Amino acid sequence: MIVAEQKPFEDIYSYAKRHRRVLLLGCGTCVTVCMAGGEKEVGILASLVRLAARERNDDITVDEHTITRQCDAEFFDETTARKAADAEAVISMGCGVGVQFCAQRFPDKIVYPALNTKFYGATIEQGVWAERCAGCGECVLADFGGICPVARCSKSLLNGPCGGSQDGRCEVDPERVECAWQLIYERMEAMGRLEELEKIQPFKDWSQHRDGGPRTITREEVRL
Amino acid sequence: MSTETIAMPAETAETDALRIIAFCCHYCAFTAADLAGTMRRQYPPNIRIVRFPCTGRLETNTILQAFLDGADGVLVAGCEPGGCHFLKGNLRAAKRVEHCRRLLEQAGVSPERLEMRHIAASQGPLFAETARQFTEKIRMIKEQARRGTAPSDECLGDEP
Ligand code: SF4
Ligand code: SF4
Repeated sequence: MIVAEQKPFEDIYSYAKRHRRVLLLGCGTCVTVCMAGGEKEVGILASLVRLAARERNDDITVDEHTITRQCDAEFFDETTARKAADAEAVISMGCGVGVQFCAQRFPDKIVYPALNTKFYGATIEQGVWAERCAGCGECVLADFGGICPVARCSKSLLNGPCGGSQDGRCEVDPERVECAWQLIYERMEAMGRLEELEKIQPFKDWSQHRDGGPRTITREEVRL
Repeated sequence: MSTETIAMPAETAETDALRIIAFCCHYCAFTAADLAGTMRRQYPPNIRIVRFPCTGRLETNTILQAFLDGADGVLVAGCEPGGCHFLKGNLRAAKRVEHCRRLLEQAGVSPERLEMRHIAASQGPLFAETARQFTEKIRMIKEQARRGTAPSDECLGDEP
């Protein structure tokens, strides 16, 4: 899923304060699962903005609404359109994709982001999320025991480890980051596949990643 | 839960117009409040008790809504650590209350207006005492806010 976290309250409030009526729009998919921008978080943020507005004597009306996904046109129904039309601005609690999609759907509204979108990650335990994929465009997991050297090695080394791997931790931030290459080595060893790691990996084709510019996938067989 | 509003008592002279909501766990603090009554221990009448199956059920937004709906103070009262009927609900509530205090502060509401206490079912007198202390603290905060001064730590007192 796409993992995001809420911006500092003051930043969000500074957006809200520019208007007399805002719509807080939640997203029911990734950011609901990572507890950053779902219906529940919309409710909490709406209450906070209302409380702050009352304390500071600001005149802000906050509407709340959450749709299944902010990155799919089909979920922007009439109710959503009406609520957006009633508001002066929309504060999207979707990921960056959702915010942009909202801006496209509501061309005459200012759309603000309430979240900082961080990474593609997994829930490690409730309340802990970690990066697992960098969307490199050409997945190499097959060669590395299912542990991604692009997203999980701080230097994205395909022929690791580097000299900074110590006791299974990465030199970039030993406290927080496990050395991906230690994990890859242990996994491949446990599977009896160590000799595969001796193969020198060629340069990765980064044109498949962001280096080739923004990417688009078009599949004629499913287009309408 | 998030959209429910909590009915507040009407302002009367004898309640000093203070509105305090106590979210109490059914298995401990609520029973303690009941016991306080049975023991004829007096506590301020402006505390309104909302019974929860466990304080772990209490959502962040329920607390915020209580403030939005006019509560001057919110007391969350759950079992003692280790005594939760659902094992960890009270500890989770304590973390949520801590988080909620930070949120209140960001919104410009004194975090001192929200407090979590642990009161066992047998501690009727402790419930009455806690209710008295909390009401007094909230009264001072309100009074100082009215006079435009921030409450000092001293006047807020220590938690028991
Ligand atoms: S190799 Fe690329 S696509 Fe595969 S998990 Fe890593 S970053 Fe994602
Ligand atoms: S220590 Fe490990 S994870 Fe960190 S940069 Fe080196 S090889 Fe990558």
